[in-house]
Amino acid sequence: MESGSICESHRNMSLSGIKKALKLEIAARSGENIGAGSKALRDGQMAEPEYAEIFREETSELLEELESSLLDLEKAPEDLKLVGRVFRAMHTIKGSGSMFGFDEIAGFTHHVETVLDLVRNGKVPVTNELIDQVLAARDHIKNLLDASTVGGEAEQGRGNEIIAALKALAAGETASSGVTKEVSEKSSESAAAAGKTGEEVPLDKGGLAHYRIRFCPLAAFAESGLKEEDLFKELEKLGECSVFHTNKEQQPCSEQPKWDIILTTAEGLNAVKDVFIFVEHLAQISIKTLIEDVEQEDLLEHKRIGEILVERGDVMFEDVERVLAQQKPLGKMLVDAKLVSHAQIESALAEQKTYQQNKFLAKSKGSIRVASEKLDKLINLVGELVVTQARLSQVSASIEQNEFLEPVEEVERLTAELRDCVLDVRMLPIGTTFGKFSRLVRDLSSELGKEIDLVTEGAETELDKTVIERLNDPLIHLIRNAIDHGIELPAERETIGKPRRGYVRLTAIHSGANVIISIQDDGRGLDPAKIRAKAEANGLLTPKEEISDQEVLGLIFAAGFSTAEKVTNVSGRGVGMDVVKSAIDNLNGSVEISSRKGEDTTITITLPLTLAIIDGLLVRAGDTHFVLPLNMVEECVELTSAEIARYHGRRVLPVREHLMPYVRLRDFFEIEGERPDREQMVVVQMDGDRAGVVLDEVIGGHQTVIKSLGWIYRQAEGLSGSTILGSGEVALIIDVPQLVQRAHREEAMSIRSRSAAVH
Amino acid sequence: MSKKEIMQANQYLTFVMRDEDFAIEIAKVREVLDVSSLTRIPRMPDYLSGVINLRGNVVPVMDLGLKLGMAPVEKTKNTCIMIVEVEVEGFEVELGVLTDSVQMVLNLPPEAVEPVPKMGTDLNTDFIKGMGRQDEKFLIILDIDTILASEGKATLREGGMAEAAPADAENAGMADIP
Repeated sequence: MESGSICESHRNMSLSGIKKALKLEIAARSGENIGAGSKALRDGQMAEPEYAEIFREETSELLEELESSLLDLEKAPEDLKLVGRVFRAMHTIKGSGSMFGFDEIAGFTHHVETVLDLVRNGKVPVTNELIDQVLAARDHIKNLLDASTVGGEAEQGRGNEIIAALKALAAGETASSGVTKEVSEKSSESAAAAGKTGEEVPLDKGGLAHYRIRFCPLAAFAESGLKEEDLFKELEKLGECSVFHTNKEQQPCSEQPKWDIILTTAEGLNAVKDVFIFVEHLAQISIKTLIEDVEQEDLLEHKRIGEILVERGDVMFEDVERVLAQQKPLGKMLVDAKLVSHAQIESALAEQKTYQQNKFLAKSKGSIRVASEKLDKLINLVGELVVTQARLSQVSASIEQNEFLEPVEEVERLTAELRDCVLDVRMLPIGTTFGKFSRLVRDLSSELGKEIDLVTEGAETELDKTVIERLNDPLIHLIRNAIDHGIELPAERETIGKPRRGYVRLTAIHSGANVIISIQDDGRGLDPAKIRAKAEANGLLTPKEEISDQEVLGLIFAAGFSTAEKVTNVSGRGVGMDVVKSAIDNLNGSVEISSRKGEDTTITITLPLTLAIIDGLLVRAGDTHFVLPLNMVEECVELTSAEIARYHGRRVLPVREHLMPYVRLRDFFEIEGERPDREQMVVVQMDGDRAGVVLDEVIGGHQTVIKSLGWIYRQAEGLSGSTILGSGEVALIIDVPQLVQRAHREEAMSIRSRSAAVH
Repeated sequence: MSKKEIMQANQYLTFVMRDEDFAIEIAKVREVLDVSSLTRIPRMPDYLSGVINLRGNVVPVMDLGLKLGMAPVEKTKNTCIMIVEVEVEGFEVELGVLTDSVQMVLNLPPEAVEPVPKMGTDLNTDFIKGMGRQDEKFLIILDIDTILASEGKATLREGGMAEAAPADAENAGMADIP
């Protein structure tokens, strides 16, 4: 790129213009002159802290992408696309690093990029050592990035070590010329064909490549009896193609014709070259790809027509400048000035159009980056709107004005829609978390000498942002456990007839208003007898207590429980499963474990889709209002004093031929006053367990904006939060799982005490 | 320190509980509210009175009488809730404090505040910042952060006053838990 293009951009002194121009400059110079690029910037924009912040964010994302590409590459070392992705990620980090003044990162990345370039060109093969080193390099960049935030010092020595190791790898491989790569053969072939190397053709976001073909037939062409039109028809078969006869008007008959062709195609460069293969010696042919680097595409989208013409050599930069000074459409001015032909302008315009289309493509698929605080604020506002709307509905119902009713209902509908929309904005695919675990599994398994694959399913499953963030640590813990305690060493696995490689399978699926996440491993499974022994030793269980194997497995979620015989630095310190459990509880979720000894262990986590607003059922007991999460409510039945008498005070009621235990809110929450003759029982279910919640009155559905009860009430029993009603009163949200457990426990106890009384 | 802060540092909000005068630094107090509808949180210690709706936020309320090991705050027309801002585990939280009645904002220069005498009183010095002298009276200046952050009751007097005070059945109903 010529320096002219930069000046061109400076014309509009907008900030983004300057930024783009500088980025262009860096892109042009990167590789040979990093220092100069960053210096140019230092004089300009670099001091802006928000740009540094953008750089950090973008680089963190790129590093994540880099990591996942590397891990994929490890599995498929031959995949050149992956190599390209790794290279481009590094390249972008280097480019923007030097642009924003992160010289250390840029300098370090430059060396890594150099080695990766050799890999890309097939001069250095992809080996495990190489992946290790590039991963280490990625970690080092991350450290440098973090150090730049907190102002600490990252180890300089570490970077040098990695560079040295990478260089050694590269040198070792290039020296041993015995390694012939498919790629280099290919490239030499195609280089012969058109004097251009066979490097990968960059594609746009729609998977298409754009070419500019300049075709100048020699006199021999016409003599051979071939027609240009036939060639163009061939080209049209490849894709969208615009042909321009560029020197038709300028010099009518003095010269041989010149053609410019803009071709958009899904085919590769070779297919384009094949079209011209028989006329190579009869014409001057130059084929150029228009988008030189997918990563820098956004810079090129903004190319102006002047830049394009200058770049093509159709017109001098100074001429453009001069003509630009007169404020007429550039194309027209250039034609008027007889600098270019009309057709040349047409051709350039067509080229510009491909850029614009590209931009459109990028835009239509694109997304915007929003600070999460803004989203949180939006959610809060919608929450308040929902509360106010509830109040409005209440007022409107009480004054019974028909003309008022309709708009209020409309507001209600719109509010519900808005709520769903805003909640949806906060939804993220859980895959963002899953991605991080590949590295964890890779590193841990190699540390422990195990061979383990991580299989993920349902990475696209969406979950509230906050839930995903708070799920990260528990999941890491569970995966560590599976790797450390679950999966056996390869030799051990072979002797018991299992495949050498074990797996950890991470799945996420939607189920109603919940998301179910499971972590499964095909390791040694859990031994109920062992857990029982341990629980008895810890005093969690008395030897006489009879509980099912399933319940025994559940004991591992108790605090201070660890069955690992020896403590490793990976897991087994006895803090863990209980922490996982409480983290999931805090998310209003539940966690279950199932295991077959010697075969597998599955941990299933059930989580609500969102934490901010839920659909609830508003009920009353005494003067206090409560909300039951609607997704756990199954049905409502009546409980009369006659029925209570029938079961002699036992807290059960037959519902669909099953005796169902129940909890009375008045008793559980110690609410004073007489209970009514006819009480209501709401049947709730949780993980297949059902129980009844007995209360005075069911009021109806309620859009519940969840408010925390605050630190003072974090240990409140049977409650998970609160909400504000239309009347301004605070209602309490019932922690259904706790209540259901309680109902079952009390029922079991009463049966036990009864049978004890009979004996 | 800005001028305003200096002013605030010497200002105290005085209130009465069981005929005894107390004060807290005015900088801690956000606002003073009448007792509106208070939602009790069941199965919690008696000094936790419940929660209120403070302009769309759910704010916990504490009965200062019970928290300090005295009799529960009586519900009269003077009863009010002071919304205070305290720091708990590094977070600023709002909390309602139920008291018998709020009196006035008082200017007390530093020389009018004396440390709690170590000997000769039954007062628990952990929860008291000092004794303020106002004319002939003494005010107990409470260290509200420490009191509210402490687990369980922050009993002010070793002897305990709760037993001595007559338990009013109607008032006790609000805060009494068997």
